[in-house]
Amino acid sequence: MSGFMTDAPLYLAGLVTTITVSGSGIAIAILFGLALALALRSRLRSLSLLVRAYVEFARGAPLALVLFLLYYGGPQFGLLLSPYVAGIVSLGLYGGGPFAEIFRAGLNAVPKGEREAAEMLGLTQGQCFLYVELPQALRLTLPPSVGQAIALLKESAVLSVITLGELTKVAGAISSITFAIVTPYLTIALLYWALVEILSRFGRILERRFAVKGF
Amino acid sequence: MDKAVAHIWPALLDGLTTTMTISLAALLFGAPPALLLATAGRGGRWIRALAGIYLSFWRGTPILVQLLIIFYILPFFGLELDPVVAATLALALNTAAFQSEIYRAGLQAVPRGEIEAATMLGLSSRMIFLHIEAPQAFRTMLPALVGEIQALVKNSSLVSVIAVTDLTRRAQQLAASTFRPLEVYASALVLYVVIGLLLAGVGLLIERHLSYRSEGQ
Repeated sequence: MSGFMTDAPLYLAGLVTTITVSGSGIAIAILFGLALALALRSRLRSLSLLVRAYVEFARGAPLALVLFLLYYGGPQFGLLLSPYVAGIVSLGLYGGGPFAEIFRAGLNAVPKGEREAAEMLGLTQGQCFLYVELPQALRLTLPPSVGQAIALLKESAVLSVITLGELTKVAGAISSITFAIVTPYLTIALLYWALVEILSRFGRILERRFAVKGF
Repeated sequence: MDKAVAHIWPALLDGLTTTMTISLAALLFGAPPALLLATAGRGGRWIRALAGIYLSFWRGTPILVQLLIIFYILPFFGLELDPVVAATLALALNTAAFQSEIYRAGLQAVPRGEIEAATMLGLSSRMIFLHIEAPQAFRTMLPALVGEIQALVKNSSLVSVIAVTDLTRRAQQLAASTFRPLEVYASALVLYVVIGLLLAGVGLLIERHLSYRSEGQ
């Protein structure tokens, strides 16, 4: 055993990278998804059709290929990204589609009467969206959003392929130095498992917090 | 499109064949354990606990890590597996965990009264499962099952990491040899999307067929 303790800083660094990269990727995916959901509901038919095509396209695309296209294909049109940035942007683009579907369903689930009531009360369209529709939609979409965030966290393991030093890459590096194979991969599997468990518990806490009595 | 890029298609389609073969094999090999896991809730405490740990692990860790563990650990037990076999095994064990949730939900949606009525009529539990539970469960879980198959095809792109020459691996090789990563990766991406759309289309056709039959009865 090369000593789990001597490798601990490496695992920690990988863990931090995994958390920051997938955290940023998830944040971008949520914002992008929200924008796409609004475009899907747009009255401009050409815009909503275009975004619908993007969402359908993104559904079938594996993250690995989105990543390769951006990281290796990007330089062909002058887009040079570091593995870190390419990883975050790919996660954001890849995750935007599913989040758009989640938010579209959530916004559609808010009763029409609420918007009519808000208009009657003199709220502008923007105010109505921000204070009436969005908060309700976010509450409704919390469980699937947490599920999607967990999926993206797990998918971030793919970023190791473009030499980004996250958990999976760390396990590969340690096993190639120490020739121990089983321990590194089992270690990171446990770390991912813990992250996923923490995220899903956190989601359940949020759900309880924002639960509305009587519903 | 110039000549260097035009000749990528045969190799990509060859990779696509491998992708589809591995995905289909994983889907089929994953189904029986998934059914066992789906019915584990009817078993004893130990069976339930073991099934729970299995589901939690395979659903809570990245597929890439699962794939690498299977690929690297099996030789320790004297099993020198071909990468294709290891890849199929890992994907099958993974999809088993996800399929089991789909089967469980589908079976749960069958009204209990139907099973009681069938029991009253003297049907054996095997016949009840085959003729009452399974057909109805299949109809309710079809959309989720199609989604899982689409996910499986997408996930199979990870087998490229252990040097299986699937569509993604082929694209990597072509990107290196043609120096045109943009065109090659975009083409491979389009192939994945087309497969995904075809699967969705087939799913809708089956759904329509099943609902038509049920109305006719």
